[in-house]
Amino acid sequence: MLTYHDSHRRAHSIAAQGGINAAKNYQNDGDSVYRLFYDTIKGGDYRAREANVYRLAEVSVDIIDQATAQGVPFAREYGGLLDNRSFGGAQVSRTFYARGQTGQQLLLGAYSALMRQVAAGTVELHTRSEMLELVMHDGRAVGVVTRDLITGEIVSHSAHAVVLATGGYGNVYFLSTNAKMCNVTAAWRAHRKGALFANPCYTQIHPTCIPASDDFQSKLTLMSESLRNDGRIWVPLAHDDGRAPHEIPDADRDYFLERKYPAFGNLVPRDVASRNAKTVVDEGRGVGPLRNGVYLDFSGAMARDGEAVIRAKYGNLFDMYERITGEDPYRVPMRIYPATHYTMGGLWVDYELMSNVPGLFVLGEANFSDHGANRLGASALMQGLADGYFILPYTIGNYLSDFLGDPALGTSEPVFATAEQAVGDEMNRWLSIGGTRSVDHYHRELGKLVWDYIGMARNKAGLEKALSEIPALREDYHRNVRVLGSADTLNQSLEKAGRVADLFELAELMARDALTREESCGGHFREEHQTEEGEAMRDDENFTHVAAWEWNGEGAPQTRHREELEFENVELTQRSYK
Amino acid sequence: MSAEINLTLKVWRQAGPSAEGRFVTYEADGISTDASFLEMLDIVNERLIEAGEEPIVFESDCREGICGTCGLMINGQAHGPQKGTATCQLHMRSFSDGDHIVIEPWRATSFPVLRDLAVDRRAMDAIIGAGGYISVNTGAAPDANLTPVPKETADTAFDAAACIGCGACVAACPNSAAQLFTAAKVQHLNLLPQGQAQRWARTEAMVETMEAFFGSCTNHGECEEACPKEIPIDFIAWTNRDYIKAKVKNRKLVG
Repeated sequence: MLTYHDSHRRAHSIAAQGGINAAKNYQNDGDSVYRLFYDTIKGGDYRAREANVYRLAEVSVDIIDQATAQGVPFAREYGGLLDNRSFGGAQVSRTFYARGQTGQQLLLGAYSALMRQVAAGTVELHTRSEMLELVMHDGRAVGVVTRDLITGEIVSHSAHAVVLATGGYGNVYFLSTNAKMCNVTAAWRAHRKGALFANPCYTQIHPTCIPASDDFQSKLTLMSESLRNDGRIWVPLAHDDGRAPHEIPDADRDYFLERKYPAFGNLVPRDVASRNAKTVVDEGRGVGPLRNGVYLDFSGAMARDGEAVIRAKYGNLFDMYERITGEDPYRVPMRIYPATHYTMGGLWVDYELMSNVPGLFVLGEANFSDHGANRLGASALMQGLADGYFILPYTIGNYLSDFLGDPALGTSEPVFATAEQAVGDEMNRWLSIGGTRSVDHYHRELGKLVWDYIGMARNKAGLEKALSEIPALREDYHRNVRVLGSADTLNQSLEKAGRVADLFELAELMARDALTREESCGGHFREEHQTEEGEAMRDDENFTHVAAWEWNGEGAPQTRHREELEFENVELTQRSYK
Repeated sequence: MSAEINLTLKVWRQAGPSAEGRFVTYEADGISTDASFLEMLDIVNERLIEAGEEPIVFESDCREGICGTCGLMINGQAHGPQKGTATCQLHMRSFSDGDHIVIEPWRATSFPVLRDLAVDRRAMDAIIGAGGYISVNTGAAPDANLTPVPKETADTAFDAAACIGCGACVAACPNSAAQLFTAAKVQHLNLLPQGQAQRWARTEAMVETMEAFFGSCTNHGECEEACPKEIPIDFIAWTNRDYIKAKVKNRKLVG
């Protein structure tokens, strides 16, 4: 088992805060497998595969049993049974949680189970090993080539099958809520060997993050969505209103979500809240030193419930906010702005979670399968654990059974030597460019382009611009990046160089995918396709399909394949939150 | 309010695990107090790259205090001066114009330096492998609500489980013991009903694996001060109690 982290315990799932959904119906509020299935299909704006989502809802209940048996300390009620909360727009309480650290606890549960196997000798760990090539033989995935991040050694690993659980590509925006090391490299290198990349334009922007404070900002921090339960979101009515928030009377404030969505108000889904914040900031009504946020104001809730109640509910979040911004949210309204959080697109997989490349399986955020065009809150952990605990163990056996008794291909086979050579050449290429700007510089510039043109709202002109500017910047990158040091040591610039190169190629594909998808759905909002009220307008007749892109070699645009989506159990409707 | 400060950094540079290390002084001018400590180092690294010097190697990932990847000795304190805060959440407003800051890797023999400020913490994984789990095969679990867990118990188990595995406790300990880490992991499972079946075997194996890699705990309490999750040393006391019991109970099996 390979990871580029120093320990398997550090995978980015650790940062998930809110919880994990399961159709346990412990609260007797009418939840069921069907209802979780329906909510997930609808939340994904009818762009996910029905069968996969139904299976996900079915196994969701087993995950809670498994995690509890592992010792995951889920929140409990006083009677000792598991507590639930309603989360992410669900109308039932189906979310299991462990304070604000559910991802950490579920990941550590999986990690402890893994370490048990390591101690038993059934799993061998290779930490600080980055996969840089997928090795193919006779049209099958037969192994990978990695680089040891400490010694630089290039190593071949042979196997009967390869499983990627390598996460999403949110760092294509540079600034995101993702951890700094998250990257698309493993999935992208597989794409370059023939694995189809599906729906890259489906990205999720989370509405409640702390806005960027300056050019040196390295990442964005998520503030739990639960804050919207008590905080009111507003901006000044006037453009460039320089007054401090408490000096702005109610009459001069625009509570824009409450104004536009009287029924749901501040609790509209993530994509709707995010887009509206962008609109008012783009109008020049943003707040904060960089005019890049909106207020999330608790003064009303504190006057109503008292500061102590608010402190008990959100104390840790308020403390975190103050630590980062230096502002006291009990006195001054918080400033928030949307940030990239999750990517629904990923490598195409079939019902067995195998890509179109035989022997290559893809799990979790790295695949495309369950969230359609938008993921609901508390369902990322659910999907990752469902894939790993309860789906792959059943499906991979079907593939492996064909090789019963056959040894894996030897790493002395020429296909491994070729792949090792390719990795070695790549390292030498980066080190020999001898340019002037750092890898991070280019990553940041790429991120700005992707955010501006393939961010919360997209349009034809912007996407076409992205398709001309991204390749130009990429060309500059390959000519002018400066990677110092050598390949035989821990060299973080060298690690990043390849990852950013892959993000460049992905960004271009995102733009092409977004341009081709002439509709709005979920996290993909094309300004040309909206209702009169400014909501996403799908085109079910022409776009009820998955777009899966096939690599055609360097410099050649990918080919778009379609998988038609058939809905036998759910009727396609327009989402409305008025 | 944000301001710009000028700093002098003394940073540990070491080319590789077996290379000799030394302190190198860098001037870090014009640093915004809104920057995080790691963003300050990002800025210093950008300037180094621009000047053609290899950047300072330091590790980080989530930069929101949960993954446990980052960790620096800052002026001799693990994770720096702010209590209950990992290095990545420390901000430059904790420092003043003209400050000299000494930045070192975690100091412990069991955490060999890989390069500059990055260390190898695999010994902590070995402690988990020794028994930091409940042996339940996937798919074999009974319904989650079959065993009620008192809320207080679950909450206390969570307080222990909140450990991010950063290694600050080891770095802060005069003996370089990983006792707080080990105790947190032991007690998380020992407190829960699910963890009772393996309680004594787990305790003995994990404590002794800790002792094999790290120094012994002599109750200095520095670990609690340094812990970014403020895990109390009560868990060490409980683990010591469990360890003594385990030595008796585990013996019963052969006697």
